[in-house]
Amino acid sequence: MRFVDEFRDPEIITKTAEEIRRLIDPARHYRFMEVCGGHTHAIYRFGLKDLLPANIELIHGPGCPVCVLPMGRIDDGLAVAESTDHPVMFTAFGDMMRVPGTHGSPLEHKARGVDVRIVYSPSDALKLARCNPGKHVMFFAIGFETTAPSTALTLMRAKAEGIKNFSVFCNHVTIIPAIRAILDSPDMRLDAFIGPGHVSTVIGCRPYEWIARNEQKPIVVSGFEPLDLLQSIVMILRQLRAGEAKVENQYKRVVPWEGNRAALRAMAEVFELRPYFEWRGLGFISQSALRLRDSYAEWDAELRFQVPGVRVTDPRAAQCGEVLKGVLKPAQCKLFGKECTPEHPIGALMVSTEGSCAAYHSYQLRKEAVTSIHSAA
Amino acid sequence: MAHGAGGKASRKLVEGLFVPLLSGATPQALADAAHVEINGASFAITTDSFVVNPLRFPGGSIGELAVNGTMNDLAVSGACGKVMVVTFVLEEGLATPTLEAEVRAMAEAARRAGVSIVGGDTKVVEHGKADKMYITTTGIGHPLPGVKVDPASVRPGNKIILSGPIGDHGITILLARGELDFEADLSSDTRCILPLVEALAGAAAPGIRWMRDPTRGGVATSLNELARDCGLCMVLEEELVPTRDAVRGACELLGLDPLHIANEGQFLAVVSSDHADAAVKALNAAAGGEDARIIGEVREQPAAAVLITTRYGGSRIIDMLVGDPLPRIC
Repeated sequence: MRFVDEFRDPEIITKTAEEIRRLIDPARHYRFMEVCGGHTHAIYRFGLKDLLPANIELIHGPGCPVCVLPMGRIDDGLAVAESTDHPVMFTAFGDMMRVPGTHGSPLEHKARGVDVRIVYSPSDALKLARCNPGKHVMFFAIGFETTAPSTALTLMRAKAEGIKNFSVFCNHVTIIPAIRAILDSPDMRLDAFIGPGHVSTVIGCRPYEWIARNEQKPIVVSGFEPLDLLQSIVMILRQLRAGEAKVENQYKRVVPWEGNRAALRAMAEVFELRPYFEWRGLGFISQSALRLRDSYAEWDAELRFQVPGVRVTDPRAAQCGEVLKGVLKPAQCKLFGKECTPEHPIGALMVSTEGSCAAYHSYQLRKEAVTSIHSAA
Repeated sequence: MAHGAGGKASRKLVEGLFVPLLSGATPQALADAAHVEINGASFAITTDSFVVNPLRFPGGSIGELAVNGTMNDLAVSGACGKVMVVTFVLEEGLATPTLEAEVRAMAEAARRAGVSIVGGDTKVVEHGKADKMYITTTGIGHPLPGVKVDPASVRPGNKIILSGPIGDHGITILLARGELDFEADLSSDTRCILPLVEALAGAAAPGIRWMRDPTRGGVATSLNELARDCGLCMVLEEELVPTRDAVRGACELLGLDPLHIANEGQFLAVVSSDHADAAVKALNAAAGGEDARIIGEVREQPAAAVLITTRYGGSRIIDMLVGDPLPRIC
């Protein structure tokens, strides 16, 4: 399969892993953060830790949109769908479906008879609105700049076509403030960033330049295949050896340096920054999320419906924040694998397959009981 | 809902409630079919209910699934299905031609599988109390001579054989629902696997340790169940698992793992290493078994787990799924 197999080629991967071993200083401990949840998932799925020297530690970052969404927002969205005043169809990506709200996940609401549908894109939600004129279709929008442009384009189309039975419950967030929050955290010590791939297809590489400049940390925007991630680590190590700190683009086949202008224009047309937004585990971060502009107020579910606006604090024992910031490893949380499992997730990090706890639980947990798989062969 | 999806939650329900209250100490209650003796004669019996949306999909329909599914459960328990009874639960308002089409599909599938449908029952429920049509089939068969399926007989060094490409059924259904706006040249793999099981038994009966048809929850779930039952590790080599490009592509796009996707016409077998080559050769020679191959082997560690290794040296544990696989977008 093209664009996949060539990035999983054993020979090149072995060579790249050898290159990493040549570049490291055996006396030094390296801490690299992969910002994006997709990278976390890929690292576990491809078993990349098996290929890396022990002194390279990968820290999982805050880039999983489902994981950083506070439970109160899910409760608010589901409250609109459950309201008996008006029939509302709740639509969202599959990622959202198992994320627990106070009274259960969207999927559990569906099983109880609430009209919950999985969509693959916001335009599918708009299609449902066209096909069900008697119902109101609400799209529960999540994601960083990766998915925000498709929400924006869908809203532009809804406006152009005058579709009134459609709205967006907007939870879109932006990546840069989250990275800034991580860097501001006093207990965090990082050597470099593996930069998010999908987000950067939209925002480009420029927005990261301040990290490299002000924080003196290399950042390499990376793809999601095993070879992409290994090559990004090579690029980081080369910078560290040369005493450099700059932004580099490993994912050139997808990410333009300047980003996607058309997508950014669509976002600017539809969205504006919220003054502040609550992030699960990270707290309130100013100018870190998007809401609909006044010109799109008619399609803003938060304005159109009674939204309870609940704030739900995470269980005290759960340490999602520390795990999100990379201060703790998933298994170091007191609830990990005990009260909090993929079947009964307490924190969202255990729900999404991009969440570091779920990834760790399903791919890594029992593996660590074995010192070396390959020696057993 | 997760309790019906074939993964961890399903198993918990069966082991936590059904088995203790209904079966007492019957040790084979979790196998695909029960092997019993009545007046000195040996029988195998199994039952399965079929709920699928849409009713018809590329490569098959609910009626065909209902016959093949029960035949397959008998086959992987080491039995040849001979007779079957059928129960229909129909939603008021179901169009007669829709029902007739499914009855015809069942008759044709039964003829192909060599099983006689000897009885049945029909219930009609109010509109909205069921989703169009549910079918339950119960099959009875006789044990295949010399075949014994027992997780406790699995040993380190045994080989894991897969009958053909995985994920066709699950991805076909996902796309047939029309909720995802893309298409693929793919059809369900629903078929009766008895002829393949018979070919395997003919060549390697004494070497067969365990068999299962990886339906809901996919290969990962079936092998995790085995790993848990025998306390050993199932090690798969990812590149050896036959998967069509259309399935791989859809899974890459949707963030799914083919190993978690349902199949309706494949089976897994664990065979002793001295019989493994003969087993694969026999399967390859049988119609529809051309893609059968060894995909991995049983090892001692890590205990009670399924481990996937890749050609480039990475490895991961693959767990059972919680609930249905959901597409991942953001």
